[in-house]
Amino acid sequence: MEELMIKIDNVTKQYKLGQIGGTTLRDEMQRLNARIRHKEDPTKKIGAKDYNRGETFMALNGVSFEVRKGERVGIIGHNGAGKSTLLKLLSRVTAPTSGEIGLNGRIASMLEVGTGFHPELTGRENVYMNGAILGMTKKEIDAKIEDIIEFSECRQFIDTPVKRYSSGMYVKLAFSVAAHLDSEIMIMDEVLAVGDMAFQQKCLDKMNDVSRKDGRTILYVSHNMNTIRQLCDRVVVLDHGTVIFDGDVEEGIKVYSSAFSNSSYSLDYSTVPRLSWLKNTKVKCLYAEYIGKNNIIFTGSEAPRLLLRWKNEEDITNLCLRIEIKTTDRTPIATAVCFDFYSGNKGETGESVFRLNISSLTSGEYNVNYTFFLKDSLGGNIDVDCVRGLSLIRETADCLIWNRKNWGAIQLPNLEAENV
Amino acid sequence: MTQQFKTKITSKHSLFDLHLKETFEYRDLIALFVKRDFVSLYKQTVLGPLWAIIQPLLTTVVFTIIFGNLAGLTTADVAGDYIVPGFLFYMSGNIVWSYFSGTLNATSGTFINNRATMGKVYYPRLVSPISTACSHLISFGIQLAMFLVFWAFYLIRGGTSITVSPMLLLVIPTVLEMMLLATGCGIIISSLTTKYRDLAMLVGFGLQLWQYGSPIAYGLQLIPERLMWLYMLNPVTPIVTTFRYALFGFGYFSLTYYLISWAVTLVLFFIGLILFSRIERTFMDTI
Repeated sequence: MEELMIKIDNVTKQYKLGQIGGTTLRDEMQRLNARIRHKEDPTKKIGAKDYNRGETFMALNGVSFEVRKGERVGIIGHNGAGKSTLLKLLSRVTAPTSGEIGLNGRIASMLEVGTGFHPELTGRENVYMNGAILGMTKKEIDAKIEDIIEFSECRQFIDTPVKRYSSGMYVKLAFSVAAHLDSEIMIMDEVLAVGDMAFQQKCLDKMNDVSRKDGRTILYVSHNMNTIRQLCDRVVVLDHGTVIFDGDVEEGIKVYSSAFSNSSYSLDYSTVPRLSWLKNTKVKCLYAEYIGKNNIIFTGSEAPRLLLRWKNEEDITNLCLRIEIKTTDRTPIATAVCFDFYSGNKGETGESVFRLNISSLTSGEYNVNYTFFLKDSLGGNIDVDCVRGLSLIRETADCLIWNRKNWGAIQLPNLEAENV
Repeated sequence: MTQQFKTKITSKHSLFDLHLKETFEYRDLIALFVKRDFVSLYKQTVLGPLWAIIQPLLTTVVFTIIFGNLAGLTTADVAGDYIVPGFLFYMSGNIVWSYFSGTLNATSGTFINNRATMGKVYYPRLVSPISTACSHLISFGIQLAMFLVFWAFYLIRGGTSITVSPMLLLVIPTVLEMMLLATGCGIIISSLTTKYRDLAMLVGFGLQLWQYGSPIAYGLQLIPERLMWLYMLNPVTPIVTTFRYALFGFGYFSLTYYLISWAVTLVLFFIGLILFSRIERTFMDTI
């Protein structure tokens, strides 16, 4: 078994709520005086409710996990789950309230891009600065400066002050420095968000490369599940300061995404607010339900039978419907259309049952959108109502273990081999 | 399986854990910070580092006119027939004071000014005030060189009491003391300002008062003998007078007061170090 690089043992981080810092010495003295004499706090606003003195917030509440050498761990969770706090503790920006973290090696953190860049200095000078801030010595940087400049794609601008750089160039240079560190543990927090697609890919490849070749340990925080899939071989899911999942990437992403989807098999839309771009509400969807189901799981060859009910706000001819299927991280993957299935007068309520053929979808959970639309005279379409539909989970006994990361979510009909 | 970890992060902190060894390992960063501070200060200026000379030169001229010619304050540290050019007298005080106040001012903002970087990456926080003190030392060096030019001029021309004496060696420990004192006070204030911003306001004003309480614009002869012990408790006073004694070859030097000011300096510096290393662990939560 590989050696342990990071051991996080029952770590908590507590923040005080309400006014801290920014308080003045005078206020503090008055408060102290009042406390000694058991009087009411004189700095409190009149009529204000008792402020949050003493109230605390646990950003991390007993987090424990271990990371071994060479692992690439993704840390995911909703906003406020404690990801950044955890990284701050790991990179020693602030200290934990209790618990212990053991690190076996140098840590390089790329928490935000361009950290410590000085606008007046040139790119080259900033490479040295940034490297030194991240713990490299001048000699180490000397040995790598050419690689760093080459990787950053900024050679032409390397002797220009970075205040004239574009934000993309900033990122590239900053990332290049961090990627060439000799540290055993690398922490990355959404650093790739600013670079263009090609550079993002290059970074991921580089990270993969250093991790596999040199056995570097990587902690990566992102909301982009695709990059998590590409880079990580394990994920830790945080929720409200605790670890709720630790293990396989796809499983973890499912745990993380499940909080977004709703697992009900019927929905009432009559009061759901619509998106603001939908000005043209000639039709209003009222209700959706999977007929004959009390869950959203469809196994084997079972096809969802979807009941939709809607109200005509105006006279309608040739109403059409799109059912758009997306993965749980909202990447659209397929759409089914039903043309001209309904015409009706203003004020009437319409109702139809649609059979959705999902035999091409591989196992997994999917989000669904229902969009009613009309065709215009030019052959385009005008969306008249759009709602977030019922999610669906498909479970099939695939004859092979589907590699979703590389194969996608759709399995086309089987190939036919022709004898030539 | 128990395994020894190279780094341990816990909630506990011992009082004398000052990260000095770690700070030394980051000496390259100190050098780069010094370079950054110095280079960026004079970027996009026409005169560049000449500004380091122009400022104290103008201040000295103003002092000579106002305190010397208009107010007629004494420039003698000790009684006697010593002749010292007012210009040289004010300049010596000025360059010491401008180093002291500049360093104190800059280091007192260590946490607040660097919070963007310090909130993202760990490096020994002490690196910042140390490099500030060093980069100001470069300016001080330039100013001292300018001073020595004038000094040599008066020395060669003659007509003054200035002599070169073995006391000149005292410049080195005195400059060191000046560095430690300014940095020590600065990091105490920077530690306290993470919670109490009032102190940041106090720094500018306090430094002005402190200057009046130190023999910068006047000679020590202005102070009545019976108050001298009180006046000497200001650790800057022996620094300034010793500096002048060392350069002029005559003046006021009392070993007792000099050692007391060293003791005060060291105590302040270590209080600063302890406070600083206490605050640096969690200052991001309160700043």
